[in-house]
Amino acid sequence: MSKVPYEVYTEEVEALSVLSPDGEIINKDKLPELTDDQLKEIMYRMVFTRTWDDRAVNLGRQGRLGFYAPVSGQEATMIGSEYALQKEDFIAPGYRDIPQIVWHGLPLYQAFLYSRGHQHGGQVPDGVNVLMPQIIIGAQILHAMGIAMGYKLKKQKQVAITYTGDGGSSEGDFYEGLNYAGVYKLPVIFFVQNNGYAITTPFAKQTAALSIAHKAVAAGIKGVKIDGMDVLAVIKAVQEAAERGRNGEGATLIEAVTYRFRPHSLSDDASKYRSKEEEGEWNAKDPIARFAKYLEKKGLWTEEDTARVKEEAKAKVNEEIKKAEKTEKMTISGLIDSMFESTPKHLEEQKADFK
Amino acid sequence: MAQMNMKEAIRDALRVELKRDPNVLLFGEDVGHVGGVFRATEGLQKEFGEERVFDTPLAESAIGGLAVGLGVQGFRPVAEIQFVGFIFEALDQMAIQASRMRYRSGGRYNSPIVFRTPFGGGVKAAELHTDSLEGLLAQTPGIKVVVPSNPYDAKGLMIAAIRDNDPVFFMEHLNLYHAFRAEVPEDDYTVELGKANVVREGSDVTIITYGMMVHTSVKAADELEKTKGIKVEIIDLRTVSPIDIDTIVASIQKTNRAIVVQEAQKSSGVAAEVIAQINEKAILHLEAPVLRVAGPDTVYPFAQIEDTWLPTPTRIIDAVNKVLEF
Ligand SMILES: Cc1ncc(C[n+]2csc(CCOP(=O)(O)OP(=O)(O)O)c2C)c(N)n1
Repeated sequence: MSKVPYEVYTEEVEALSVLSPDGEIINKDKLPELTDDQLKEIMYRMVFTRTWDDRAVNLGRQGRLGFYAPVSGQEATMIGSEYALQKEDFIAPGYRDIPQIVWHGLPLYQAFLYSRGHQHGGQVPDGVNVLMPQIIIGAQILHAMGIAMGYKLKKQKQVAITYTGDGGSSEGDFYEGLNYAGVYKLPVIFFVQNNGYAITTPFAKQTAALSIAHKAVAAGIKGVKIDGMDVLAVIKAVQEAAERGRNGEGATLIEAVTYRFRPHSLSDDASKYRSKEEEGEWNAKDPIARFAKYLEKKGLWTEEDTARVKEEAKAKVNEEIKKAEKTEKMTISGLIDSMFESTPKHLEEQKADFK
Repeated sequence: MAQMNMKEAIRDALRVELKRDPNVLLFGEDVGHVGGVFRATEGLQKEFGEERVFDTPLAESAIGGLAVGLGVQGFRPVAEIQFVGFIFEALDQMAIQASRMRYRSGGRYNSPIVFRTPFGGGVKAAELHTDSLEGLLAQTPGIKVVVPSNPYDAKGLMIAAIRDNDPVFFMEHLNLYHAFRAEVPEDDYTVELGKANVVREGSDVTIITYGMMVHTSVKAADELEKTKGIKVEIIDLRTVSPIDIDTIVASIQKTNRAIVVQEAQKSSGVAAEVIAQINEKAILHLEAPVLRVAGPDTVYPFAQIEDTWLPTPTRIIDAVNKVLEF
């Protein structure tokens, strides 16, 4: 029986958790239905993503990647939320949300190309329903809302999910998106990864609201707050939100409370604004460690499994970064030709300046 | 053929396309039930239903973002921003998101969107309803900017814009909505985007202009012909991005003199771009510098003085005389 006040109205609420920090089920009602193989797959993806993030940071230092926003600590929100979706559902990510689009089908080498500033990085293969990562904070929220309206007009039972951070929840586009989704009852999920900081600005300076989930109330959509270090809580919340969307019940705002272990980007120093104690507290809530405890108790996972996945991930990352490095460079004439469906004459002429 | 004013011609274009292609959607603030504050979309919701023609909440960025998302889904949104001064609220979605969707996705997605906006001075509208922001939009790579000057062009350009797979910014001059009627075919036809129109032939000087200023220039040209026998050629750009420089060069080769007339503030806008291109392609055909007749570089004024702020036939005549006497 759930004691967690799941619906948000006007009081501060505890975030929904399914697993305790020791990996015990504390909320049986909200346990998502998953087979043992699925549980192992989720763990595989989280460990893989952590390894890839570690490698990406190194690759960044070596100058082999461009802009990269680390994700370690947010594996539960990223992997869990994507895993709860169907292949045909659409993902509109922010700049940090690369794992979601990769696990949804964007080849990893293309994610690396995106980071390296190569246009092919955003050239999503047919049949993969994702947008490229968005730099303008909040813009993608509106695209997801439009994509969701597309599903509704086409009478397809799919949903769109979009991600932003606690900082992003302050943007005008966030409110406009929530409001439209409420008015048109759109099958869209607004997933806020509240990791406590927007670059250096702490959550307390972001909003005076009791929670981000509260903001759903004003838009007339459902708002829920969840423990973002608990992958099972994430999966359950997104499954329920997706079901609501598919059933024509409209949009959901999910606030997942999480933490990124590394700084905002490779060029920041987190020690300037975060304390060691705080980092230690959150390290103890590591989503991978917590889920591992649960799986180990069920006899589904061992340390050897983690070691094996890490090796696999390293090999795969090496292969994919090499593929990215070998991809032919962009050209100015190719760039010019990508502006319009058919290149206007004045742009054709401008190619001559770069011969 | 029917007689239509520009507003009716635009409505007719929208109707033709809504009927032809089920993916065309029309939305914006107040465009559905009443058909917009100018009734340009009147009756379309009744004819095509609320799924195709609908009112949005009051939020311009969301109108733009909705259009971008629907474009990704294969729809062809025609999104209205109620008045030009409010496009800034939506500028990220129009000038950044829609315009670079094709580039960012390496061609996987595009933005087959038309953004419609009424604009243009001389109607004593409220502040920020009239400004000429086409130059600002024209500087954005990846979008086309259309400014029709008459009902026939407006319908043909609108249909072409809706069928275009890239974002088109379609600016409708307030002073032209009801200014006059003209013959407009009832069936469907297009006017090519990026193609200018020689609206009056002449041999002495070329006026390059667009929108309402086509009509002000015609007045000036009539006067010049009547009083001094000067034969003015007038080019209506119709699309201010891209600019049809070939038509301009061909005319300058004949007249050897030109001025550019725009309603917008003088600096850095469409006129400056036209002159830069003339400089690149036809400088040796010129007998005089190309002059600009434009608004001064101030904010668009309150209604009291807009009639003197906007280019007048007298100021155009002065500029023509200057290039002829150079
Ligand atoms: C419109 C806009 N304003 C500012 C920035 C610069 N910027 C990049 S990330 C960031 C902080 C975002 O914080 P949050 O939404 O909490 O996401 P997090 O990085 O913590 O996941 C800022 C201010 C931007 N990219 N876009």
